Amino acid sequence: MAATTKIADKLHLSRRSFLRVSATAAGGLLVSLYLDFPLAAQEGGQSKPKVYPPDAFVHIKPDGKIVIQVNRLEFGQGVQTALAMLLADEMDADWSQVVAELAPAADVYKDPLFGIQMVGGSGSIAHSYQQYRELGAKTRAMLVAAAAEKWNVPASQCRTEASVVHGPGGQSAKYSDLADAAAHLPVPETVTLKNAADFRLVGKKIRRLDSSPKCDGSQKFGLDLDLPGMKVALVAHPPVFGASPKSVDDKAARSTSGVVDVFEIPTVSKGTAVAVVADKFWTAKQARDRLRIDWDLSTVDRADSLQLQKQYKELAATPGNVAVTHGDEKALDAIAASDRIMAEYEFPYLAHTPMEPLNTTVRFDGDRAEVWAGSQFQTVDQAAIAQVLGLKPDQITFHTEMAGGGFGRRATPDSHVQREAAAIAKRLQGTPVKLVWAREDDVQGGYYRPMHTHRVEIGIGADGMPVAWRHVIVGQSLVAGTPFAAVLIKNGVDETAVEGVVDTHYGIPNFHVSAHHPTVNVPVLWWRSVGHTHTAFVMETLVDELAMRAQMDPIAYRRKLLNPDATKVRGALDLMEKESADWRSSLPQGHAAGIACHESFGTGVACAVEVSIENDRPRIHRATLAVDCGVAVNPLTVESQFQAGACFAVSQLMVKGAITLKEGYVEQSNFDGYTPPYMVDAPVTVDVHIVPSTEKPSGCGEPPVPVLSPAVANALSRLTSKRYRSLPLVAV
Amino acid sequence: METYKLTVNGQPKQVTVDPDTPLLWVLREDLKMTGTKYGCGIAACGACTVHLGGIATRSCVVPVSLVRGRTIVTIEGIGEDHVGRAVQNAWVAEDVVQCGYCQSGQIMSAVALLKSTPKPTDTNIEDSMGGNICRCGTYVRIREAIKAASLQLK
Amino acid sequence: MVCSLRTSPRIFFILFACALWSGMPSRLSGQSASPKPVTAPVTRDAGLAAWQQVYSVLTHPRCINCHTASNYPEQGDDRHRHLFNVVRGPGGKGVPGLNCATCHQGANADRAGVPGAYDWHLAPLSMKWQDPEDKILSGAQVCQSLTDRTKNHNFDGPAILKHHQDEPLVLWAFQPGRRRDGSARSSPPLTHDEFVKATRDWVEAGTPCPQNP
Repeated sequence: MAATTKIADKLHLSRRSFLRVSATAAGGLLVSLYLDFPLAAQEGGQSKPKVYPPDAFVHIKPDGKIVIQVNRLEFGQGVQTALAMLLADEMDADWSQVVAELAPAADVYKDPLFGIQMVGGSGSIAHSYQQYRELGAKTRAMLVAAAAEKWNVPASQCRTEASVVHGPGGQSAKYSDLADAAAHLPVPETVTLKNAADFRLVGKKIRRLDSSPKCDGSQKFGLDLDLPGMKVALVAHPPVFGASPKSVDDKAARSTSGVVDVFEIPTVSKGTAVAVVADKFWTAKQARDRLRIDWDLSTVDRADSLQLQKQYKELAATPGNVAVTHGDEKALDAIAASDRIMAEYEFPYLAHTPMEPLNTTVRFDGDRAEVWAGSQFQTVDQAAIAQVLGLKPDQITFHTEMAGGGFGRRATPDSHVQREAAAIAKRLQGTPVKLVWAREDDVQGGYYRPMHTHRVEIGIGADGMPVAWRHVIVGQSLVAGTPFAAVLIKNGVDETAVEGVVDTHYGIPNFHVSAHHPTVNVPVLWWRSVGHTHTAFVMETLVDELAMRAQMDPIAYRRKLLNPDATKVRGALDLMEKESADWRSSLPQGHAAGIACHESFGTGVACAVEVSIENDRPRIHRATLAVDCGVAVNPLTVESQFQAGACFAVSQLMVKGAITLKEGYVEQSNFDGYTPPYMVDAPVTVDVHIVPSTEKPSGCGEPPVPVLSPAVANALSRLTSKRYRSLPLVAV
Repeated sequence: METYKLTVNGQPKQVTVDPDTPLLWVLREDLKMTGTKYGCGIAACGACTVHLGGIATRSCVVPVSLVRGRTIVTIEGIGEDHVGRAVQNAWVAEDVVQCGYCQSGQIMSAVALLKSTPKPTDTNIEDSMGGNICRCGTYVRIREAIKAASLQLK
Repeated sequence: MVCSLRTSPRIFFILFACALWSGMPSRLSGQSASPKPVTAPVTRDAGLAAWQQVYSVLTHPRCINCHTASNYPEQGDDRHRHLFNVVRGPGGKGVPGLNCATCHQGANADRAGVPGAYDWHLAPLSMKWQDPEDKILSGAQVCQSLTDRTKNHNFDGPAILKHHQDEPLVLWAFQPGRRRDGSARSSPPLTHDEFVKATRDWVEAGTPCPQNP
């Protein structure tokens, strides 16, 4: 404290200093004193407090506000609130004073498990649970130590509550008043975390921190950014992936009032696109519409959905690269035909279409750059932009903007949107350029959940249980050609294409899964719940078919088939059964219940839906969801995620829920041709039940999705006696 | 380029733009009011909903030349209205939002519903809100929040 | 249940007067002129032929898309159900939050590809020209519906003519604007003038309706 006062006095600073508590990527902790004025040289040989760039997690302000840096993109999943809760609870911060910010790109904010700053794999809480708790606990420990020193009492006799330290003799001090002193104390190497019983926030339904600004128009998203001198860019992308123009007539575009420039830029898929830069979005859009581009399609593969369907069907009839095999692969062939079923499933390309159109803003200043993006992949994007601009990543300040949804779309290994933005910004050095992908660009721009075909042959035992299972999956590899390939492709099998099948909790003695990954000229990407989007549909509709065939209750059948150690799924199934028993046993005429259960990203989920058919469409009256996600940090977040995730999952059922290509062209262009669920398509009510748990938290972002569409299909099968083997559900 | 006088949230504004410029982009870029959102540009999603002459209107398909003096209320101003305020409060109390990008439009549509139908049935809610897309899927909580707001409005 | 127009003497008188009127262009134009021959009333056969012309317009997508039997309008030349879940609403103007006027303004917005005209709304269900499966009704059925005073806002022949002449939504059909891609929306097989003439002929013939096939 003394040192700070001396330096502050020397520099005629007001006593504004902040406790910075930060974590290194290796998990250690740094405490630094951050002054927002440059330090002059001191006299007297005192140790100079180091000034760090803003890389801290907790910022205790003199007015009592506690600003917590969140190392993840917030794009609806509620992580901004949940991570802040973890830290604030351990810290005993006054929650009403907590402000959570989205951290910029920096080493210190990397995911402790994955080693890059990212959101994905439903891993935010799972991977940062311990990290954020420790950050909060260590901060508290240092504040207590500062108070204890000030009062000359043992730290153990102090207690904390709502940003105040209370001493044994009735003393009290606010965190904001202790911050200076605490900053100079050593950071404890270890710390004791709270017992669950002592949580004030964690485990409680706490409302999100970002609600109000999102309800009054004041929340700024990446697309809303406005900087002095900023220009807006739109890009005319090749209509077939990888193509380049033969000729570009840009006269009309250039002569549009407000247009700054028109020029070609490379695309990631080895083609060329045409960028239009203008003063405003509308100008850029009008000008782009006036471009006359003659595209050379002769050198690119022109993917065609119908052709691919045929090709995939043929491939599925042949064995692929082995993904998993146990038991006797030939067991199936020994089973009588009357005890076997064969099913082929088809799944289309899916686009993510988050509500906020993709965008990135870059300003290139020659030796530095500044970027604003609602990115799920800050480290990767920062490096890509650096590459385009000829800079090092640490020469780029990368701001994380609030994003309007993502579902995986904003986590791109090739950073294609950011690369485009950087290429344009490079041309306009010194001028901030906001690149926007209009909705049409988004729907037609690729990076889809791939098309898939499954071919499954099942041999059924006398007890109605499957004894042999042979499963071939065909679909593009998501990670081939990316740095993730090394981790996720084994024996020629992309794990992301077979997850949900190879790791099934169903006990099937002779189980053989293989995969083909054709190369197709369509960029692909993970779509919320990735492989589980199609594998869960296959598994859960087949298991349901087997249950019907065995004339067993679908829940009882699953319980019998599940391995004993499938604790999470079993627990969810039990809870779902209990919570839905009443309505399932009193269904009105024309209504049926559909069941599904699945584990993904470490979370077990079971689902019962009530469905009837109205106007030839499934009407989902309700969904009962039970979930085992370990500790539910914020049960309100979990409830929201599962309610909204269930509605999101209906995407796969929509009549216009497929991206199709014809001779290389994407046939859809906007929500009129590719339609996400509206309110009428979604479940009317969703009740969510959380299995009580003290296990460490597992994900809630993606697990809601896989169960919904098979549950609905299973309900429909009970109403129509048809099997549904192809998505989207064009006809019931 | 033409000059247009607009009344936005009770304030007089003036812009000089191409007559075909959608009101959405006049609001966002000429008036720097970014609460009204661009989601699709073809009136399919409702993120751009404002109140024009008291009617919920999709500003992405209304050229500024057709505004013709009608008053404009946006999400930034709807809180001045007691129904608007009730809806915003209900949205926060019921923890409706996820990413939040569609919610300006959802709220403007919900306010239009409640101003005309203070005690909406489930069918009323589904009909009036049925054209707004929430990609995150917050429909279940939107329904509940509308009912909660309705209870607040005596 | 054929129109009572033919049997009502008063209407017949009005029709006759209209026929006289229309046969006297010089008086309408305000010039003094030598008397013109009185135009003979339109024969029934000619009236039926005129009706076919009228019917060809009424059943063109630009007209029939809003004369549905259902809870929704149609759109496009393929007359698909209007996208985005718009519904009829109690007054045919949609519902609060999703009115017709939510998107459709007082004039065509060509750049946006959204048609517009004064007071955009659906025709009442009493004036449906399709069945509940969106199948277009026959000439006999539509004619019946058009001339049924209990269903047609109590319009007599001249009122129908006036409707065809002046109603903004009718006029719109003949200048329906452009789609988003810049292509012109198709318009009915007759021009507005031709449509009005055919209507007039049909009205003067006593609004005859074809028999059901």
